[in-house]
Amino acid sequence: MQVTEYKPKIVAFCCNWCSYAGADGAGSARLGYPEDVKIIRVPCSCRVNPMFILRAFQRGADGVIIAGCHPGDCHYTSGNYFTRRRMALLFSMLEYLGVEKERVRVEWISAAEGAKFSKTMTEFTATVAALGENKRLEDLRCKQ
Amino acid sequence: MQAVMEKRALELLADGTVNRVLGWTAGEFIYDVTPAVFETAEEVQNGFLYNDFCGANLSKYLVKESRKEGKILVFLKPCDTYSFNQLLAEHRIIRENVYVIGIECYGKVDVEKLREMGLSGITGIRKADGDFVVETIYGEKTVKQADAMAERCLACKSKRHVVYDELIGEDGEVVEDCNRFDMVEKLEQMTPEERFAFWRGELSRCIRCNACRNVCPACTCEQCVFDNPNSGVAQKAAASSFEENMFHIIRAFHVVGRCTDCGECSRVCPQNIPLHLLNRKFIKDINSFYGTYQAGEDPNAKPPLGTFTTGDREA
Amino acid sequence: MKYCDLSKFYDLLLAISAKQSLYVPVNTKGGATWGRYREGVELSRATNTVRSAKDFFFPQTENLMEFKMEGKKIDVIDTREECEDFVLFGVRACDAASFDILDRVYLVDPVDSYYKNRREHGTVVTLACGRPTDTCFCQTFGIDAADPKGDLTVWELENGYAFRANTAKGEALLASVAEFLTDTDDAAVETAKTQIRSILQKLPLAGLTTEGLGKGLTKELFDRPEWASLSESCLGCGTCTFVCPTCQCYDIRDFDTGHGIKRFRCWDSCMYSDFTKMAHGNPRVSQLERFRQRFMHKLVYFPDNNDGIFGCVGCGRCLAKCPISMNIVKVMKTMSKGGNK
Repeated sequence: MQVTEYKPKIVAFCCNWCSYAGADGAGSARLGYPEDVKIIRVPCSCRVNPMFILRAFQRGADGVIIAGCHPGDCHYTSGNYFTRRRMALLFSMLEYLGVEKERVRVEWISAAEGAKFSKTMTEFTATVAALGENKRLEDLRCKQ
Repeated sequence: MQAVMEKRALELLADGTVNRVLGWTAGEFIYDVTPAVFETAEEVQNGFLYNDFCGANLSKYLVKESRKEGKILVFLKPCDTYSFNQLLAEHRIIRENVYVIGIECYGKVDVEKLREMGLSGITGIRKADGDFVVETIYGEKTVKQADAMAERCLACKSKRHVVYDELIGEDGEVVEDCNRFDMVEKLEQMTPEERFAFWRGELSRCIRCNACRNVCPACTCEQCVFDNPNSGVAQKAAASSFEENMFHIIRAFHVVGRCTDCGECSRVCPQNIPLHLLNRKFIKDINSFYGTYQAGEDPNAKPPLGTFTTGDREA
Repeated sequence: MKYCDLSKFYDLLLAISAKQSLYVPVNTKGGATWGRYREGVELSRATNTVRSAKDFFFPQTENLMEFKMEGKKIDVIDTREECEDFVLFGVRACDAASFDILDRVYLVDPVDSYYKNRREHGTVVTLACGRPTDTCFCQTFGIDAADPKGDLTVWELENGYAFRANTAKGEALLASVAEFLTDTDDAAVETAKTQIRSILQKLPLAGLTTEGLGKGLTKELFDRPEWASLSESCLGCGTCTFVCPTCQCYDIRDFDTGHGIKRFRCWDSCMYSDFTKMAHGNPRVSQLERFRQRFMHKLVYFPDNNDGIFGCVGCGRCLAKCPISMNIVKVMKTMSKGGNK
């Protein structure tokens, strides 16, 4: 009997000025990252509205990661600092509602950190895979 | 109290300080008071009412009322003054068009609590030795004041008026030991499974009537994202448990750092969902992550999500 | 008239629930609500449930159909299924009367097949009101809380329950649980009715009338200046609409699942800013107009189109639940006095 391995769906919101280029860097350096990670490019990590994260879960994501510039390096000076505050509060709220906190993450990955991009995505995918399917923030209507 | 308020309203109308009065008017029963605007002395004399059931926070009406011709008098309880200040900070109320009279408050009665005790056919309520005697068509029952009081009043955070033009009664103090985060802490100590079950039990009752949003003094968007057909998330009725979660998470998030914890959302919920527990979680987190912050206390304070420090904790 | 002793009553409920889904009012943290009956479930003593029983025939949200697209091919999937038989036990007189009002909307041509399906499979067992409350005013609309309609009427007596079948469905339900029932005369029920009626007379809203309201009065009432002050404090939420047993408006929307479309309908509220929104915009732009629409519909337009029958059953839910305590009774009282007739 063939057992199909569970593959989590990961949505990665990547800042145009750093992590998105970091993903390219990972590619150029031939460092892989799981194909389960679907990248959505955003102009800044602070463009990510909490609604985007919930919508990703609604449409079937099992984990959502936001990757932006290191604190102090924001292309727009301070966007990532706002991201940090918003997400700290949002993630804490998700935990309060009983949603696994490990399904969401913020990471700072610069354009030069292809290796970090690869490592972070691999690690995050493994964490989410261990949690299994997103059941608590799912929308049954969107299931195939 | 009512007599003093009515007298001041009549005086201010007569001397032209204001041309309207925002207060409460009587209903069919003692408990069903409705916010109302009075334009003449006669209207005030015939309809103005203030009693233990005047719990509604009048500050949100001023978004609309302060944009009308002339100055309006409003009566604000201590907790309402925080909402008023917050709306000033957000430039939603035109201050010079409002005359604020702060009124002291020792808590409001929640008629739902009386009904939960099985009291039905309520025809009247009178005070006796600090307790309430509830008159019903089936007889009378004496109820302790604390048992009749609204949940939010039992954990009152402040009896101080943070803004007013004049006061009726004494100004109180901030209540430091109000224990308003007790239930939040209790939930935090539960396992994720227990918390999930708790919130599913509560939020699954939501009927998406939007009363929590429409009464909220922090929800003053011209068009809510959940009403905007172009937003992709416009929802009229909860069609799935996901939408119940999403609506309440996003609504609570949209008022982060702006919610003064006035408790109106929980008061109006027809399904008795403790919505204030979502807002209080955010308030508690802000206090512990970024330092104590009370929305509405100081209209010039930097809102917690509108500022940052380089040393903030990681998400 | 049949009688079931209190000692056998829960066995009777159990017997019904063994054959079909049985729903009864139960207490929850959010107040009384309709719940599935299972062994050990206790019936709520509340005068009424927070949400009305209309959910069973006109649910808050339901899928109408689905679409699947593959290239240029569109599949339309009919999601309708034959509903299973179910019983509602403990419906109050007001809610039972509300079904007649909904029938006048959904069972007239063109018949709503979704609604009809559920209506045909549901048996309504009403329970006379032993403890009407301050917000009750069903008698204003000629509804008798002491002798409610429905397929089967039940009276709670001192040590048991009396049953009277009103329709073939009611007869069938009684026949299916005959082993728990004995024959009885009307005496005890008549006593109970008299007692209920004496309470009804004492209710604070007992004197409320529909004078000056109803059929043919659009011109008299539409432009009354009082609408402005009545609607002034309205928050524009949908609480009154969603707890109302007779509100029947809905919206139809498409939900994109990412791999298809689910077309669903859900309750709508005339209090909402996007109610009946069309390509040109919204016909009622102010809260005054929306507020007026709700009450004119119940008190004038509905009677106009339905032989003078009002679109309100006096259940009092909106009185208890409106966040700012504005409600149909206040509107009725204001509008029925001082008109320039």
